[in-house]
Amino acid sequence: MKSLPLKLSGLEPLIITEDSNFVNVGERTNVTGSKRFLNLIKAKDYEAALSIALEQVQGGAQILDVNLDEGMLDSEDEMTNFLNLIASEPEISKIPIMVDSSKWSVIVAGLKTLQGKGVVNSISLKDGEEEFIKRAKIVRRFGAAVISMAFDEEGQADSFDRRIEICKRSYDLLVNTVGFDPSDIILDPNIFPVATGMEEHRRNALDYFEAAKWIRENLPGAHIIGGVSNVSFSFRGNNKVREAMHSAFLYHAIQHGMDMGIVNPTQLEVYSDIPQDLLIAVEDVLLDRKDDATERLLEIAEKYKDTDTTKEVGVQEWRSGSVEERLSHSLIKGITTHIEQDTEEARLKYQSPLIVIEGPLMDGMNVVGNLFGSGKMFLPQVVKSARVMKQAVAYLTPFLEEEKKKNKDTSERRKVLLATVKGDVHDIGKNIVGVVLACNNFDVIDLGVMVPAEKILDEAERHNVDVIGLSGLITPSLDEMVSVARAMKKRGMNLPLIIGGATTSRIHTAVKIDPNYESPVVHILDASRAVTVCTDLLKDSKLEFAERIKSEYSKLRDDHAKRTQKKNYLSFDHAKSNRTEIDWESSELPKPKITGTKVFDDLDLNELREFIDWTPFFKTWMLTGKYPTILQDDVVGEQARELINDANELLDIIIKDNSLIAKAVIGLFPAAAVGEDILVYRDSTRKETKARFHFIRQQAEKRTGQPNSSLVDFIAPLSSGKQDYIGLFAVTAGLGIEKLLEKYIDDDYKQIMIKALADRLAEASAEYMHYKVRTDFWGYSADEKMSNEELIAENYRGIRPAPGYPACPDHTEKRTLFNLLEVEKNIGISLTESCAMYPASSVSGFYFSHPQSRYFRVGKIEKDQVKDYAERKDQSVEETEKWLEPYLAYR
Amino acid sequence: MNITTQLEQRILILDGAMGTMIQRYDLNEDDFRGKRFTESKKDLKGNNDLLSLTRPEIILEIHEKYLEAGADIIETNTFSGTSIAQADYGLEEVVYELNKVSAEIARKAADKYTSLTIDKPRFVAGSVGPTNRTASLSPDVNRPGFRSISFDDLVSAYAEQVRGLIDGGADLILVETVFDTLNAKAALFATLEVFDEKGKELPIMVSGTITDASGRTLSGQTAEAFLISLSHVPLLSIGLNCALGANQLRPYIEILSKHSKVFTSAYPNAGLPNEFGEYDQGPQAMAKEVESYVNDGLVNILGGCCGTTPEHIKAMVELVEGKRPRSISKKEIAL
Repeated sequence: MKSLPLKLSGLEPLIITEDSNFVNVGERTNVTGSKRFLNLIKAKDYEAALSIALEQVQGGAQILDVNLDEGMLDSEDEMTNFLNLIASEPEISKIPIMVDSSKWSVIVAGLKTLQGKGVVNSISLKDGEEEFIKRAKIVRRFGAAVISMAFDEEGQADSFDRRIEICKRSYDLLVNTVGFDPSDIILDPNIFPVATGMEEHRRNALDYFEAAKWIRENLPGAHIIGGVSNVSFSFRGNNKVREAMHSAFLYHAIQHGMDMGIVNPTQLEVYSDIPQDLLIAVEDVLLDRKDDATERLLEIAEKYKDTDTTKEVGVQEWRSGSVEERLSHSLIKGITTHIEQDTEEARLKYQSPLIVIEGPLMDGMNVVGNLFGSGKMFLPQVVKSARVMKQAVAYLTPFLEEEKKKNKDTSERRKVLLATVKGDVHDIGKNIVGVVLACNNFDVIDLGVMVPAEKILDEAERHNVDVIGLSGLITPSLDEMVSVARAMKKRGMNLPLIIGGATTSRIHTAVKIDPNYESPVVHILDASRAVTVCTDLLKDSKLEFAERIKSEYSKLRDDHAKRTQKKNYLSFDHAKSNRTEIDWESSELPKPKITGTKVFDDLDLNELREFIDWTPFFKTWMLTGKYPTILQDDVVGEQARELINDANELLDIIIKDNSLIAKAVIGLFPAAAVGEDILVYRDSTRKETKARFHFIRQQAEKRTGQPNSSLVDFIAPLSSGKQDYIGLFAVTAGLGIEKLLEKYIDDDYKQIMIKALADRLAEASAEYMHYKVRTDFWGYSADEKMSNEELIAENYRGIRPAPGYPACPDHTEKRTLFNLLEVEKNIGISLTESCAMYPASSVSGFYFSHPQSRYFRVGKIEKDQVKDYAERKDQSVEETEKWLEPYLAYR
Repeated sequence: MNITTQLEQRILILDGAMGTMIQRYDLNEDDFRGKRFTESKKDLKGNNDLLSLTRPEIILEIHEKYLEAGADIIETNTFSGTSIAQADYGLEEVVYELNKVSAEIARKAADKYTSLTIDKPRFVAGSVGPTNRTASLSPDVNRPGFRSISFDDLVSAYAEQVRGLIDGGADLILVETVFDTLNAKAALFATLEVFDEKGKELPIMVSGTITDASGRTLSGQTAEAFLISLSHVPLLSIGLNCALGANQLRPYIEILSKHSKVFTSAYPNAGLPNEFGEYDQGPQAMAKEVESYVNDGLVNILGGCCGTTPEHIKAMVELVEGKRPRSISKKEIAL
């Protein structure tokens, strides 16, 4: 049966017919698959990002897939902006766009920019029939074709029967209920890996082919698509075999009816050019023709391994090299098995422990540093290398001490002092910087967290360091860094200062810190930059570098000052009158099943584990990509898999030993909005106020129809007479972490891993508690059933914003929250003077239940609001401005 | 009487220019203001749509002249009847009324002529213009990602207009002079939303504008891409109008005629403008140019845009008399 032509358009038509050759979808403008594209978008280098799109068109892409799903991006805005930019480039916009997102709101944002007929990628029955129909209707109203994935309430289709069952059900709904033209339907029956060694994967390719054929015969008009590179997943690293698998797969899939594919054209071999023996082995696997097909392909694959990977020598072989080669190999590969033995051999050979360190060991670490610098090694590998180095140095230390006694003139390495500033407890990033510097022959003195300015300076003088590095994650730390710079100036110090951490930025460093200190102040974006910056700061031409940095930052300041407020701000009164409209009259405000405070003093880590969002975990390790697709990433996939295996092993041990304890406290209370504050009542009589929370309202001018939101908008005002409720929570997964870290004192890799895992568990605890609150304690979504992915995408009703984060940026509201829930007494989290939570792996915030409540960024605010806010909080305007510094529009 | 049945039997004639006819009355600022808008702070002269409220008798008269000439479909005087276009005159708040009243005027004229010639029913097309902003082009060359209007804003403005047109009694909705397909998509999105809201559907006509000999719309689409981009809407007809004379427009009408599964329309300008910016192609000259459209079976609806008058329309009525319309039954899928 023929497929009907699929007609799409950009500025020009694209008509896909039975006779069209296979349609190639350009996939490089996808942040989940292209690191380069992601980095350009993050850096807001849209010109270069557009050039990737152009390359795709010039390279023969007939449809351009655009995906901007990344946790740190405002994906809706980025989608709108990027598609608008594409629209202004006729060479790109001549072809149709495929709007690709797992977030429905991002898809809608994309559709609103397309004058042509594009493709939505994708919808599925995952969220049930009602949602599917609703979304399909909207897609149709926007005039786009749609990809429907073989995914339903039960999960992803992985057999022939499930594939055709879901595809038929989707097709029937689209055609009969929604009124879709069958030719606008593109079914994706799921391409899964073959030759994995798992019995149940043997038919993966064959099931796809047969499903494609069945669709072609039974679902008239529909088109068939798939992501081809999945099929060769188990042959990562062997491009020759992968390319052969892709083209053989396509060859058969097209014969069975597939007519569109998302595939990297550079990863395709010409079918007829595939060597005969390889082709037979590949096709035996794809078509499941022989019981031992996988074994035979694995055997043949060896023969076709890329030349550079064939250099991999056997275990025994590398042991036969010289001692220098063996040390280097152990360092680069992160192998500790033979390190002490080899170090001893080197010590005997060189007759000096110091020469061993500065000679063969440092040579090996330099190779690691270079590979990391050029993107050929990834952070987890570097940290493992550092572990090997540390063991070697530890072995040599007693000999060094002896040598020092004999000969006082030991050459000194350059020293860097690192500290997380006062009031802040976050140190993963700082520790990574420490490891990377240590790998590059810097002597790192790490003062830990919550270090007061005076102590930083005292220690710097005592150790006679060459550079001071400051780190911090929460916004009040920015201010503390300014104080450190001032204190350094006061003492007449001239050491270079480096600045890093999640909320820091080049512009903040230039505008706020740099003017307070005469010697160089340099912002470091991530750990990989630390080495070059420290080297530049200390080498012979350091004065030139310092001058360059100073003038660069001064220019940044000027530009910043010149960029006269682009945004218009409303008066506070005006902003207040444009609040989020909620029809309280018709709103149903569910009463919580329990009210008051409830403590959970031993959350089950096994249960929490299921709620972990792994994507930020990889980010901590500087591997970018979304979990789980990151595991299949061309560049970092292998590292990512290794990393998550290590993480899971460690997590098994932590759970077995009970070495991390997770606790939570929640409170559900009657509440009402009064003005810009929320009153929390002691009990349902609503007579006695237990606490008053203060919120901040967006003040930037909005587009028509967009509200100036504040969190108070989501609680029924007192004047409405409706009985509303608010929830509060604090969770931690960091109890016991000190003891656990001590166990691995010499192992930076494990230490960073533990902290990263504790952070993930804390977030998982927050997710888990929120789920329990929604389905049970508050109980307004008692029937909610969601996958972890959906939870991460926050598809549920209600929000849980945290003080200090964009929707309510004032960290000091945590104090009220902590008092109200008696957090310290109940579950042992304390607040520092900057209102950071200790242990660091903790989360606290509010629960709002109204279906219209949503996350937003308060953004910058004006003086009139600051004054009003200060008055409401009963504190001085100066004090208020100190805490809200980064949000002041008039500074 | 059902317009589809009519279109299957003969070529229908759409009326000619409203603006050209209004110019003949040589109206001044006071005419435009009428009694109601004497206080307006902005000049209102040139706001032709407003005349439906301030000089309704003129608009009625123009409609009747076109009906008298034999037009089957007349367009409401609402080309700029959105809050976006009326914002230039500070008249956003009268938009609904303006559309409703304009439709009522056209309705009255059409009903009168239908009753006079029972076998030739007359139809009122609610005119929905492009607005003066583009959703897929930036007005600022230095900020290519910037847009002066969003899809959502267009949808709400168009919805207000369409509500007025339906409430005033329009038979059809005509989204015309489309120079940016995204604007048209918003207009159609709004129209379908209003249909849902009212539980009632009218036939929809769409007419795009090819700006020049490049053969593309202002927003850069080819005629075929334009057709595909709007294929999701159940249209009565699709076609082209304005910008070009009949001869220059013909190649693009051919493309639409070849690929469209629905009825096609064409209402070109009276030639290209002369050095004074006037359209001076006479009725017979224009009729001669559109004659090939008819003979080659390219169109189902024919009419005139800038510079055309009841005389032009009369010439076309005579031209199509007894001619066979373009057949769509066989045009399944022409590629």
